[in-house]
This record gives sequence, structure tokens and C-alpha cells, in this order.
Amino acid sequence: MNIYQEELLDHYENPSNYGTLPNPDISHEEDNPLCGDRIRIDLGVEDGIIKKVRFSGHGCTISLAAASMLTEEIAGKSLAEVKQLSRDDILEMIGIPLGPVRVKCALLPLKVLKAGAYGITAWPGEEDA
Amino acid sequence: MHTANFRPLDVAAIRQDFPIFATEPPLAFLDSAASAQTPQPVVAAMDAYYDTYRSNIHRGIYRISEEATAQYERAREKVAKLINAPRARQIVFTRNTTEAINLVAYSWGSANIGEGDEIVLTVMEHHSNLVPWQMLAQRTGATLRFVEITDEGLLNFAHFRELLNEKTKLVAVTHVSNVLGTVNPLQSIIDAAHAVGAKVVVDAAQSVPHFRVDVQQLDCDFLAFSGHKMCGPTGIGVLYGKLPLLEEMPPFLGGGSMIRTVERDVSTYADVPAKFEAGTPSIAEAIGLGYAVDFITQAGLEAIHVHTQELLKYAHQRLQEIDGIVLYGPEPHQKAGVLSFNVEDIHPHDIAGILDMHGVAIRGGHHCAQPLMKKLDVIATARASFYLYNTLEDVERLHKGLRKAQELMLRRSRTVASTALRGENR
Repeated sequence: MNIYQEELLDHYENPSNYGTLPNPDISHEEDNPLCGDRIRIDLGVEDGIIKKVRFSGHGCTISLAAASMLTEEIAGKSLAEVKQLSRDDILEMIGIPLGPVRVKCALLPLKVLKAGAYGITAWPGEEDA
Repeated sequence: MHTANFRPLDVAAIRQDFPIFATEPPLAFLDSAASAQTPQPVVAAMDAYYDTYRSNIHRGIYRISEEATAQYERAREKVAKLINAPRARQIVFTRNTTEAINLVAYSWGSANIGEGDEIVLTVMEHHSNLVPWQMLAQRTGATLRFVEITDEGLLNFAHFRELLNEKTKLVAVTHVSNVLGTVNPLQSIIDAAHAVGAKVVVDAAQSVPHFRVDVQQLDCDFLAFSGHKMCGPTGIGVLYGKLPLLEEMPPFLGGGSMIRTVERDVSTYADVPAKFEAGTPSIAEAIGLGYAVDFITQAGLEAIHVHTQELLKYAHQRLQEIDGIVLYGPEPHQKAGVLSFNVEDIHPHDIAGILDMHGVAIRGGHHCAQPLMKKLDVIATARASFYLYNTLEDVERLHKGLRKAQELMLRRSRTVASTALRGENR
């Protein structure tokens, strides 16, 4: 098992929900200070439900695949439900072991989502640190 | 032209001293610019300290403490000789280059830099020779000025001259860029800076491991480098300074070892270098650094430079054969040790990740040089760096690994254009 599996490469090559929303209810963008990768997530929210989601930015296979998977995961769910997504949920979606640097790549999209939607600025998994 | 006693590197013999290369196939370690491998004699010297004379230095009255003190000071002498410092006491041991530069910024900087003064840096500085000066400028109201680079990745010397004036109090410059590999014209920089009365701090982290650096010939005021990039251990670095400057400077950290007398409200300070070495230092690491100096001088700095130049030239030639590759920095003869590149549409993290799967270790990222990344208009680069134990075979494996990365990553057309190579400004 390595990090260049078909499934990840498919997400990287043809990511879901890539783009921006014209009038997002929530829009947030951050970069990973380790490598300068940058992810923006736009949400369209109605009655607490994520109706539309788009992501954009630049990054490596892991950060873009994670963003693609995350946006698939949260579309149609409530903000309350999405708030429960954890570091482990993301790593499970990626499905292969990552070193500490690449873990940050994988977690950047969730970090951006949580900062934008809930004002949580810590890295996922380090909220209590 | 080589000097009379030039002897080329016996790379096979050198590799015998690095157990990390004993696997088959051996690790192709191309990240020495970040941190070099440590040869067995250096590790053995540190083990000998721990196993046979482990003790604190300077004030012990017993035999093993005297031995530890002697070995620690012997290391200082070896370092002084390596860079041709007039006296061993001009060598201050620090943790690393970063701490050495911070020492100058806090101690010399706070005493000598004021509002309206100008500090000249280059856009190719590592964060370690940039952030301390930003912090000093913020404390004092001084202004930072940045020398630009040419399209070839060389320092724009004409621009440097334009920036110099009577307000310039300090020039802080890297000898060799850790990203571009560019060897800066240090002698001309120092001479021009001195002509306007400015002092010069040299970041020599990438140069001292690779070729002979002579502080007396250069006439630099301060020079900093790290042990771990020159076959020494981590946790030990060096600040060289001109003696009158070091003597006038206030202490940096206060504590044990750096004092002469301490009363309740005031203290007097020890002489240089003890004044700047508060607390128990990295004793084993200093001793290890001394043996690292022995190791690279026995191999021969000239031979190391010739060897890494050969690898660099070969890497330039082989990597240029790859479609969509961009090499950064000037021609190999104007570089030392490092080669940064990007492969179109593949993020440097992915390049490094795929090469790792093939036993090739390189670095991908901003290399602690974000202003330079911005100048080059890239997010990050991949970087291969070469040292005395690397071989042409390592370069071949880098080349092969990059081909594999392309096969893997560029199989199909992507729906989203990759921006791995694209900066914010494009």
C-alpha cells in the first residue's frame, strides 16, 4: 500500500466539487505553512443543511484528494453533523498510512471547513492540545 | 586547477563510514543541504565521551572533567583552523546557524542598530537570516532593504550597490543559497559593505560544508554555520566574530558559565567566548563537530567541492532530459551542492513522495525561503542536494524516479489544471 493508489489518484485527477460558489453563505481559505498549499471551501447552507459545496486551490495529491472526498462526504448533511467529523474520519477516508507531514496535507481541507463553518482554528486532532 | 596535494575523493571508502548506506539497494540520500549524514568516527567520538569521560566542563577538578574540557576546547580549535579564524576564542558554540544569527541580532543588533538605520538582505535568504532581522527592525525602527536576483538566479550586484548608503549599518547575506545553490560574490559584497561602514553577517550554513571559507581573507565581521550540515551532530552550531566586536557586545543569554562575578543586583561577565555560552553547552555535540571537521578535512574540502560539482553537472544534464522540468538557479559552475526543480503538473510533495517509494530521499517544500518562492513565482520546489558520499548512481536513481513519477501522475489528462508550479502572482 502506498499513497499513490488508484482511488486517491482518481480524486486528484478528477476531483468532485471543484470550483467556487457565486454567493456562498460560508467561504474560507487557508494555507498549510509547511508547503504553501492553499484550499478554499465555499458552502451554500439552507436551514442548517449544506446544500452546495465547492472547493478550490492548489496542493499535492493528498490535500486535493482529501478535499474531494470531504466535499462528497458533507454534501447534504447538517452543519451540526459535519461538526463531528474528526481527524480519524479523514484518515479513514484516505485509507492508507501517512507520515506526519502528509497528515497535515490530508487534514488541511477539514481545518479550512471547521475554521469557516465553526470558527475552530486548531488543526483537527489538536483541538485540546 | 587543483592545489599540489589534491587527491580525489575515494567515495567507496568514504561510504564505508556511513552505516546508513549499507542496505541493498543503498538509500539514495539527496537531502544533505537540510542535514547531512553522520559518519561513524563522529558517532564514535561522542560515544567515547558518554562511555568514558562523561562530565560537565570548565569547573570540574577531577580527571574526566578536565578531559571533557580539553576535548570541548580542542573542538573549538579545530573549527577555528577550518575557517582560518585568528584565535580559537573567536569561535562561539551555539545550537545552530539560527541561534548564531539570533545572537548577533539581539546582542550586536540591539546595541548598534537604531531608528532610521538600514539593514540590507537578499531575497534568497533562508528564514534564519531574515526573521531575526525583521524582529530587530521591529524593535528598533530600522528598515530592511532587499537585494533582488537576476533572471538567472544570481545576486543582482548592481542593485546591491544601489541599496548601500551611509544609513546601511549591516549587510546580512547567505554565502550559498539553500534553494538556488547560487554562490554569492561574497568578497565583493563584503568590500562594498565595508566601504560604506556597514558590518557583514554571513550565513555560511551551505558553504562551510562544501569548500574552504577563510574568514580572514573575506574580512567578514560575523559568520555562522551549523554542525549537522557538515557531517557533525545536530544541536551544535558556530558563530565566528571579529574579536573587538565580540568583546564590545553585551551578553545574549544570562546564566552560568557566562559570568565573572555575581552579586545580588549586578554581575560582571566572562571573557569571549564564555560570555556567549551561558549554561551547560552541547558538550558531546561540540566534540562530535570537532571530529566532523577532521573527517571533511581528511577527505579534503577541495576534493569534496570537485566531487559535488561533478554530481551537480551530471544532475543538470540528466534532469534537463525530462519533459516539463524546470531547473532553478544558475549554471552548475555558479552553484554549490543543491539543485531545485519542478516537474510540470506534479506537486513537489508528490515528487518527493514517489521518489521515496524508490529509495530516493529529496526535499519538497518552500525550504524556509518563502520570499524567494514568491520571487520565483512558485508555491514550492523539489530539491536534490549532494555531498561527499553521493554517487552518479544516486543521480541516475533520481532521474529514473522522476520518470516513474511522470508515468504515475500524468497518465490521464486532469480535469483541474495543476497549480503545483503556479504562484500567487501568475
